[in-house]
Amino acid sequence: MTGLGWLSIGITLLIVLALARPVGIYLSRVFDSGGKPLPLDRVLGPIDKGLFKLFGIRETNQSWKAYAGSLVLSNVVMIVITYTIFRLQGVLPLNPSGIAGMEPSVAFNTAISFMTNTNLQHYSGETGLSYLSQMIAIIFLMFTAPATGLAIVFAFMRGLAGKPLGNFFVDLVRSITRVLLPIAVVAGIMFVAMGVPQTLSPTETVTTVQGAEQQIARGPVASLLSIKELGNNGGGFFGPNSAHPFENPNALSNTLQMILMMLVTTSLPFAYGKMVGNAKQGRVLFVAMSIMFITMLGLSLTSELAGNPMMHQLGINGPSMEGKEQRLGMVQSSLYSVVTTASETGGVATMHDTLTPLGGLIPMANMMLNTVFGGIGVGFVNVLMYAMIAVFLSGLMVGRTPEFLGRKLESREMKLIAVTLIVHPLLILVPTAIALIAYPETISNPGYHGLSQALYEFTSSAANNGSGFEGLGDNTLFWNIATGFVMFFGRYISMITLLAVAGSMASKRPVPATSGTFRTNTAMFGAIFVGTVLIVGALTFFPVIVLGPVAEHLTLWK
Amino acid sequence: MKTAQSTNSSVPFDTESGRSHIKAQKGMFQAELVKKASIDALRKFNPKQMVKNPMMFIVEIGFVITLFLTFVPDAFGSPVARWYNGSVSFILFITVWFANFAEALAEGRGKAQADSLKQTKKDMWANKVTESGTVRVSSATLRKGDLIIVREGETIAGDGEVIQGLASVDESAITGESAPVLKEAGGDFCSVTAGTRVVSDWIRVRITSDPGESFLDRMIALVEGAERQKTPNELALHTVLISLTLIFLIVVVTLPFFGQYLNIQLNVAELIALLVCLIPTTIGGLLSAIGIAGMDRVTRFNVIATSGKAVEACGDIHTIILDKTGTITYGNRLASDMYAVGGGSKEELGRWAAVSSHLDETPEGRSVVEWVNKQGWSYDTQLSEQGEIIPFKAETRMSGIDLTDGRKVRKGAVDSVKRWVKEQGGSIPVDLDAQTEAIAAAGGTPLAVAVDHHIYGVIYLKDTVKPGMRERFEQLRQMGIRTVMCTGDNPLTAATIAREAGVDDFIAESKPEDKLALIRQEQAAGKLVAMTGDGTNDAPALAQADVGIAMNSGTTAAKEAANMVDLDSDPTKVIEVVAIGKQLLMTRGALTTFSIANDVAKYFAIIPALFMLAIPQLSALNIMALNSPMSAILSALVFNAIIIPLLIPLAVKGVAYKPMSSEKLLGRNMLIYGLGGLIAPFIGIKVIDMVLGIWM
Repeated sequence: MTGLGWLSIGITLLIVLALARPVGIYLSRVFDSGGKPLPLDRVLGPIDKGLFKLFGIRETNQSWKAYAGSLVLSNVVMIVITYTIFRLQGVLPLNPSGIAGMEPSVAFNTAISFMTNTNLQHYSGETGLSYLSQMIAIIFLMFTAPATGLAIVFAFMRGLAGKPLGNFFVDLVRSITRVLLPIAVVAGIMFVAMGVPQTLSPTETVTTVQGAEQQIARGPVASLLSIKELGNNGGGFFGPNSAHPFENPNALSNTLQMILMMLVTTSLPFAYGKMVGNAKQGRVLFVAMSIMFITMLGLSLTSELAGNPMMHQLGINGPSMEGKEQRLGMVQSSLYSVVTTASETGGVATMHDTLTPLGGLIPMANMMLNTVFGGIGVGFVNVLMYAMIAVFLSGLMVGRTPEFLGRKLESREMKLIAVTLIVHPLLILVPTAIALIAYPETISNPGYHGLSQALYEFTSSAANNGSGFEGLGDNTLFWNIATGFVMFFGRYISMITLLAVAGSMASKRPVPATSGTFRTNTAMFGAIFVGTVLIVGALTFFPVIVLGPVAEHLTLWK
Repeated sequence: MKTAQSTNSSVPFDTESGRSHIKAQKGMFQAELVKKASIDALRKFNPKQMVKNPMMFIVEIGFVITLFLTFVPDAFGSPVARWYNGSVSFILFITVWFANFAEALAEGRGKAQADSLKQTKKDMWANKVTESGTVRVSSATLRKGDLIIVREGETIAGDGEVIQGLASVDESAITGESAPVLKEAGGDFCSVTAGTRVVSDWIRVRITSDPGESFLDRMIALVEGAERQKTPNELALHTVLISLTLIFLIVVVTLPFFGQYLNIQLNVAELIALLVCLIPTTIGGLLSAIGIAGMDRVTRFNVIATSGKAVEACGDIHTIILDKTGTITYGNRLASDMYAVGGGSKEELGRWAAVSSHLDETPEGRSVVEWVNKQGWSYDTQLSEQGEIIPFKAETRMSGIDLTDGRKVRKGAVDSVKRWVKEQGGSIPVDLDAQTEAIAAAGGTPLAVAVDHHIYGVIYLKDTVKPGMRERFEQLRQMGIRTVMCTGDNPLTAATIAREAGVDDFIAESKPEDKLALIRQEQAAGKLVAMTGDGTNDAPALAQADVGIAMNSGTTAAKEAANMVDLDSDPTKVIEVVAIGKQLLMTRGALTTFSIANDVAKYFAIIPALFMLAIPQLSALNIMALNSPMSAILSALVFNAIIIPLLIPLAVKGVAYKPMSSEKLLGRNMLIYGLGGLIAPFIGIKVIDMVLGIWM
């Protein structure tokens, strides 16, 4: 690997690191102003008030049930609206390229996909969606989906801090107007400056030098791109996603995309520290996640750098470049694949299908764990859940009923967490087994790699990531419906159960800390947290990983 | 009968109070108990009972399936050798049996105690007072409110309160303490317990419990474990363990489909082996044994807890409220120094003090003599022996001796002595008041010593803190537990004792309602409070406290309000009980961590074994270099089985525990049970594989 490669990784990660804390502090003020309004509030406050009045929303605190109810109901309504637009896009305006209405199962899949912050795309962006669908349906959901994620993480934090959970609609609106929209506007302009198109003109037909005719798709790309990355959405304007030169023209835009993907999710531990008044615990979790991230990145780079022995035999030495953009190079591509799966964004700058077996395992592992930072909001909620499991399993060893932030973890919380814990492997392993046995013809590769393809698709769906291993014939009724349900349940079951945990924790009387208390803000706890994630979270997938990427790797390098 | 400590080192503090009343324990694996538990373990194979423990139930199902496959190897296709199915089946059987054995053994220890209690309960007769005189009736017919008369040599047939008479009662059947205790009507010593025996005089008792509800009945039920319900924490842990079990069930059920896609046939016996190894059978098999044993440790410590919940709550205690007198201090004021006044010598004062105390049998009197002897001063014992003793009277607040030569020696409250001296026409030394105040300021009680009209000085009486208390409070502080001392003393005295004993806080001039207020105040701040008490006026506070320990010598009201009763009536025991509660939670946590950490090694044994034949490259994952796939799977299973009996002693005795801060504790336990749990199975499985390699 070149010095330049190291430098590019270093610069990207340093910028992410530098931004994490300030953004976190800002977020904590957005969602818990403590009476001190933000500068933006003066401008936007009256608009909020007007909006709430218009929709008849009262800005009162909700119980966890009301919060979860508002969340799921509003999300389902948005899924229905989006589905309708997709189906009718052929006859609706803003369709200069004359794209037809979407097939029902794809529309079902796509509507859920974007509402759940997954952005699994079983259609190809530029030819499957009209501009109206891109702008109204897609970009609309690209704001509301991450806003839903942000809302829930702050409701969860409030619960842990013993405060009322807040109001879903207020949180949703504030997420969009105080966080996502302002940053997305600035980033969008930056992308335009880097050469990303932003236009409403139709697809251009040009004649090439050789005289052939070529269709060049374009559109309002920059506006979509900024929220795609910032909101950990990942759905591309173009089919090849961020590997397309219009969606990712150069190294600078590539770096900005990665920074945007990590921006909110890395800041949440700091926001958390502030919200619950335990900054050190937030830092411990940040460091623990960072260590997991760096480890993943290291493994990915090592594997990609080692290249492919089959290629070496052909005399093509060096790192694996198969399926990678020459413009971006191996290091940037590899880093992108780790960032996009750690942050559950799902945008891709390289074909994950053609990563080396272990290089492909890393994105999958990120999604299986869903705790290496994780998707906007929900990732950190998942992290906190694992922190609670860690406290519960090992906290007993200090001879006290386990407490998290001074609140006892008892039967009710553990039941809810237990349900949440089961859902993830259930949604990944069972559908993958069904797909392999019942629909082997949709899988383009035989053997280990085919297994990885199917596994990747459902892992990506369950973790609401949205990236694909590709190569899968996934635009079929089975895949559309199956992944649709997996995305839906993967998103909402855990949201509901964990909101219930938050509600339950909020109602508990805090226990004062003494020297006998299990402290969750120490390096020791960080280690226990990582251990719990690896043993409880990762071991579940060990057998299937062995049969997929590991077997492929060992066979390749025999 | 002070034997429990030698075999059961579970009580974490060094203490001399490790009494066990019911039976001398000859060790955990007493032949008789083991034999009984072995048979009970077989009885527990009943699916109706097994289903309550889903983890072991799955193992039992696996046992049945593999047993079936032993006889019909090709029932599910992919036939495997009979001996192999048979071996898996046998190991699974042993696994379940071990887990059942652990539970049966823990239960058995309680049952043995219950049996000896039941012996006491048999054939109790009572002289019931009726309108037409007393009638001899069976204890089973006694109801609440009935009156009975119990005479010398008779057994008290029911729990009740003495309403008339005074008797000494032998309570050894309940408490193991052979010295009889005095019971009398009224006051704090009126409650009597069924099964105890009157050894002198007689009492009239009003029965306070219906049959089946007496203290003895409750105690039998508790030690038998008949009323055992899962405690809150156990329930929560159980939930998590079941969810892990379900996750691994999903993993194992989907695995053959993945295999099928790769054209790898997996056989049922191997899949069952994988499942059994992955689900947390170790903690699942020992969980109930840990709970039962925790209760048992408390019982063995002569404390009867009304529920496992109460024992568990002990671990969470933040504040312990202790009475000063009898708990922290001896309660007697003992001479610790003397101050001469009016220019006299200290030795002379000492001599007169000793003369006045020579035949004084009160602890104060004896301590004065002891102190003087310790100084090496001699005094004329003849003087006192020939003199006339003037005993202490509440009106005079003095005691002393009238010597044969007419001199009168007095010691007593300073004011009284001053008045007495003035009456004799003597004068008061100018420095007397200053000395008196100095002693009071230091928390002591001054006693003036005078002969006729001359005051020699004052004795400094001090309330003495029991040895070792300071260290205990220090340990409690390390565990994050605050101690509050309650005393009727004035604030000055209270502060001195508090400082000396090292308690964190104190309440002086406390009334019973102060304790209740303190408990409420602590609970309002989210803290859990433990306290001990014996009087009826302690009852509200005992009921309010999270852990209330009543003294067996106390009133019925106190015992009913409390959630634990200390049969030895030793108020300092609350400290040990808290430690036992902590130990119970720690044992559970340690074995859970150990059990889950074990999975890593088991995966590395079984997964390569499952697929190595079909995908030879996967032998790279066989990092333990196990002999063959079959041997690897059997080794993992054998390890999984034998780890249960190996851990039974730990589950039953509890993990070793010395009071220390949570951080040190966690670091230590994480190292032993976390890291140990990660490494131990790698070694264990490898060793078993090597042994199996001799035959396979």
